[in-house]
Amino acid sequence: MNVIEIKDLTKIYNTSEVKVKAVNGISIDFKEGEFTAVVGPSGSGKTTFLNMLGGLDKPTSGDVIIGGQNIWQLNSRKIIDFRMNNIGFVFQSYNLIPVLTAGENVEFIMQLQGKPKKEREKRTRELLEAVGIGDRIKSRPSKLSGGQQQRVAVARALASRPKFILADEPTANLDSSSTSSLLELMSQMNKKYNTTFIFATHDQRVMDKARRIITIEDGKILSDEHFDRK
Amino acid sequence: MKIIIIAWRNLWRKPWRTVITAGSIFFGVLLSTFMTSMQYGSYEAMINNVVKFYSGYMQIFTEEYHENKTINNTFIFSDSLKQIVDNESTITHYTERLEYFSLVSSENLTKGSVIIGIDPDSENKVTELKKWVSKGQYLKSDEDGVLVAVDLANYLKVGVGDSLILYGQGYHGVMAAGIYPIKGILEFPSPELNKQFIYMPLKTTQELFSAYDRITSLVIMIEDNYQLSRAMRNLKKEINSPFMVRSWEELQPELVQMIDGDKAGGLFMKTLLYIIITFGILGTILMMVSERKRELGVMIAIGMQRFTLSKILIAETFFIGLIGITAGLIFSVPMTYYYYLNPIPLVGDTAKTMIEMGIEPFMYFSIQPDIYYIQALVVMIITMLIAIYPFIKSFTLKLTTALKA
Ligand SMILES: Nc1ncnc2c1ncn2[C@@H]1O[C@H](COP(=O)(O)OP(=O)(O)OP(=O)(O)O)[C@@H](O)[C@H]1O
Ligand SMILES: [Mg+2]
Repeated sequence: MNVIEIKDLTKIYNTSEVKVKAVNGISIDFKEGEFTAVVGPSGSGKTTFLNMLGGLDKPTSGDVIIGGQNIWQLNSRKIIDFRMNNIGFVFQSYNLIPVLTAGENVEFIMQLQGKPKKEREKRTRELLEAVGIGDRIKSRPSKLSGGQQQRVAVARALASRPKFILADEPTANLDSSSTSSLLELMSQMNKKYNTTFIFATHDQRVMDKARRIITIEDGKILSDEHFDRK
Repeated sequence: MKIIIIAWRNLWRKPWRTVITAGSIFFGVLLSTFMTSMQYGSYEAMINNVVKFYSGYMQIFTEEYHENKTINNTFIFSDSLKQIVDNESTITHYTERLEYFSLVSSENLTKGSVIIGIDPDSENKVTELKKWVSKGQYLKSDEDGVLVAVDLANYLKVGVGDSLILYGQGYHGVMAAGIYPIKGILEFPSPELNKQFIYMPLKTTQELFSAYDRITSLVIMIEDNYQLSRAMRNLKKEINSPFMVRSWEELQPELVQMIDGDKAGGLFMKTLLYIIITFGILGTILMMVSERKRELGVMIAIGMQRFTLSKILIAETFFIGLIGITAGLIFSVPMTYYYYLNPIPLVGDTAKTMIEMGIEPFMYFSIQPDIYYIQALVVMIITMLIAIYPFIKSFTLKLTTALKA
């Protein structure tokens, strides 16, 4: 089943000197349960592409259809609600609300969704244990290492039970051991909850874990390869 | 709910900045309440002074007397008038006066003077006249006799026990003449007052001028000046032609002008103060928003509505204002109250001027409630105006740029 269908997606930035075609007519589908890396050289359009399918950056033309909904036809308020209920985000760094504890950060999104307190607390504990920092539930982000922060971010992204999770270079600021354990975690979560993960990366280790690698260059898809990994 | 908690915790991420910003509000509120309390205190003292020395808070007289202050334009304090003032709840006390001009002679000296006929006990409740008797005795209502202001007595070369001859024109041109013993000498703090006045019991004065039962004015007291407009409104409804009622403000326009001038000066100072505070708060809020762009972007990205975000930022602004105001009032209320009870004694020229005006030389403070809540309100309004910035920013923040920050 297709979670995301993308049709002829284009983004043109009008800078003062030149028009930059950051994404240039991409059409592609993502299926449920995928663990996909979007790779390509710097400036190839990975972030722009992810932002458009995450409802963060409006395409110049083309459609992003998620679960049958053409998201860029929604108004700005509805699109925020759509993100809240359907998409999980893990950014490169500083993902968490600094004044909330790890637990509160995870719980917060469920609070925005209006989930009852009992359910929120149960799921928060469960997720933080799943990402391996159940004992730091009361710690503020500043008291956690970069790797731990990213784990909380993954837990938060999962908390809203999204259709898929977008991660733009989630390991870029991590050392190699944190990187491999975060990857291990994401792949575990992918299997455990059958949640689709799409991440942009430069990192060879991330690519090695991916079951599908989409290579972008100059805003176009260069290759789209599937791998069989356990 | 959570929004308030997030806002509150955000304040304490940079505790010093919050403390300094709230501190500037604190000093602003403290300074402006202190200043206003002092201003109001001095106005109250001045108003009290004119009201007590002479005019009362209000006076009733005839329209003709207002135009032309002669003995012919006096009136009888009738039962119907009495009922009106008795029924007005703001009025605490009133007293009758008959005043007119007359010549005063001692053995071989003569001078013009204002003769004021008073009900001694009742008058004392208004002006505390008794307190200014420096020699001799105060008047009794059923005894002939006069009180003479000290400079006038010196001019006439008379003292307690001597007699004065008063002569002039009485009611409807009747000849007025009489001889009265001096019962006391009045020494006012103000040299102006010491030059001209002679006080006599009302009955004696009415007999002198053949103005039986007649008075020139009814002097009215109320609790304090803050009751004045209500009292005036009520009385004006009841008092009709040929009578009229006038407040001290109408009787002493110079004082009103002086107070208004001083208020304008104070307002200018306070405006400057508040402008400085405004920029202080604004600077903090601008920084608070700009250094957190990424975080705000993340919150919107994961699904927080921009309106909800604006509520967090507005709450932060509001809290800073609230902390400053509360701290300011916690200090200023007891401080002004202390000085209200214990006015600060003054020395030097200011003291001298005040003594001449008949005011005891103290720096007075007022504790009128509006001193405090107006300052609090002004700062709250400033804070809320500043909150417009984060409000707008919540709606205009560009996600992709914010997330790159
Ligand atoms: N806001 C913008 N205005 C103008 N041009 C932009 C803007 N954002 C991105 N671009 C341009 O679009 C192109 C694609 O940028 P993008 O950030 O998507 O690349 P990327 O593949 O994510 O690169 P990196 O690996 O360095 O993160 C680049 O040429 C970039 O300069
Ligand atoms: Mg990028």
